[in-house]
Amino acid sequence: MRRLLSRMWWLLSKPATHLSLGFLTLGGFIMGVIFWGGFNTALELTNTEEFCTGCHEMRDNVFVELQSTVHYSNASGVRATCPDCHVPHAWSSKIARKMAASKEVYGKIFGTISTREKFEAKRLDLAQHEWARFEANDSLECRNCHSSESMDVTLQSKRASEAHERFLLTGEKTCISCHKGIAHELPDMSGAQEDHAQNSAVLQSYLKELEN
Amino acid sequence: MKTILISAFVVVTATAAFSENQVATLRGKAPLAETYTAPTFPKVDNSDVRQVRNYPEQPPVIPHKIDGYQIDTKFNKCLDCHSRTAIEVSQAPMVSITHFMDRDSQFLASVSPRRYFCTQCHVPQAEGQPLLENTFVDVDQVLDYIKSNEGGGQ
Ligand code: HEC
Ligand code: HEC
Ligand code: HEC
Ligand code: HEC
Ligand code: HEC
Repeated sequence: MRRLLSRMWWLLSKPATHLSLGFLTLGGFIMGVIFWGGFNTALELTNTEEFCTGCHEMRDNVFVELQSTVHYSNASGVRATCPDCHVPHAWSSKIARKMAASKEVYGKIFGTISTREKFEAKRLDLAQHEWARFEANDSLECRNCHSSESMDVTLQSKRASEAHERFLLTGEKTCISCHKGIAHELPDMSGAQEDHAQNSAVLQSYLKELEN
Repeated sequence: MKTILISAFVVVTATAAFSENQVATLRGKAPLAETYTAPTFPKVDNSDVRQVRNYPEQPPVIPHKIDGYQIDTKFNKCLDCHSRTAIEVSQAPMVSITHFMDRDSQFLASVSPRRYFCTQCHVPQAEGQPLLENTFVDVDQVLDYIKSNEGGGQ
């Protein structure tokens, strides 16, 4: 066995005397294309709704909730799938997101959110991650489909056009600041309101002062 | 006694509705064994124009669509715009002070649990055909009528 292995190594490490340089570069190029393509295909395969909803955590929680929203069923029949909102289009950010997603797979294997109760308990955390991501990239994924330049506010309802004119077109807020819960049910939000958290912090330090 | 009276009333009105061949059910007049083509959903009013209240105690109707607005123990989308602190951004009317009162008319610090599920009382409007003719008369008209007939009023 050992002899066989060392012989194979010797073969592999020997410079290629009988193969032309052209063949090598071409071969390398072709293999590169195959591997690269395979990598990207695998990437594309994980980039479908079938993949995202392949595990029950997603199918039984967020997917059923999506189904009753405009992003799943509407008059024009155009719809958004999971990766449309959750995976960036630019390649580098896509890879970055996939690396982060590997952590989610880890969560799957160790059952972090294997039941509805566990999912709900973890949900605010997960949602806040997404909100932070959207706030940071100015809701890029939303804007891949909805562009504020093409948005004709005069055709919108008064509520929508006033909000968009005051806060969106001025750049003061981004889509996700106002449209949380657009695709899924929201988690318990009582712990999520910033001003509440801030107020209770102020209150607590005041109470401490009184005690002293 | 009361139940007898009520059931008698129900029987009388139900037979009246049937005998006059009026609409008695949401199904319309289609025979039981046939499948009836349902009327299309009327469009919900999203005009953002606040409507007249028919009497002062009426919960105002909602002049905008509320599709997909979550109202459960975790989150209340209505309060995202109608709460005391939200109205500067949303420019919506604040839930009135009655929404902070418990059943003993005590004011609570936040919206009272009995006023939490907004759509119990507030509903959006759609252009639909009423199943029965509505003979409601506004109280102002009643007052006018009394004034013109008795010269008194108020
Ligand atoms: C794949 C494209 C796509 C993406 C990505 C997308 N949307 Fe949409 N969005 C749509 C379509 C299509 C509609 C429905 C249009 C219609 O009514 O026919 C819609 C409708 C909406 C509406 C109107 C809801 C209503 O009740 O009428 C809002 C608000 C909205 N999207 C916000 C967002 C936000 C926020 C994001 C990012 C988190 C987002 N969208 C991402 C395609 C998309
Ligand atoms: C300041 C808050 C705010 C921001 C920021 C905002 N929206 Fe809206 N949007 C609203 C409100 C309020 C409505 C009307 C109420 C509703 O649909 O729930 C609305 C309605 C809409 C509608 C439906 C319009 C109609 O009349 O049918 C779409 C589509 C939409 N928003 C997309 C977006 C997108 C995409 C972005 C980011 C580019 C965005 N909004 C940013 C507040 C906002
Ligand atoms: C229209 C955009 C959109 C689509 C389509 C969409 N999501 Fe989301 N998703 C969001 C937003 C925005 C959040 C942040 C939380 C929130 O606002 O509801 C989120 C949050 C989540 C979360 C974190 C837990 C939570 O509920 O907050 C998971 C998991 C998730 N999405 C999975 C999916 C899966 C799986 C699909 C496809 C079945 C999908 N999403 C489709 C926009 C979308
Ligand atoms: C995006 C912000 C927003 C949300 C969410 C919202 N509203 Fe409103 N609402 C408004 C605004 C703004 C008005 C004022 C009239 C208009 O522009 O439609 C209004 C008007 C009303 C009125 C009429 C008040 C009057 O005096 O005539 C009622 C009732 C109402 N809303 C109830 C609700 C209920 C119930 C919900 C939840 C199912 C809800 N609203 C969700 C913004 C909102
Ligand atoms: C038990 C019935 C009931 C419930 C539940 C209820 N309301 Fe009302 N609401 C009323 C009545 C009655 C009025 C009119 C008289 C008054 O102001 O109390 C009213 C008035 C309003 C007004 C107009 C206030 C003004 O000053 O013009 C708004 C806005 C409103 N409600 C929003 C809401 C919202 C949002 C919720 C859910 C958090 C809600 N209501 C729950 C009965 C209800």
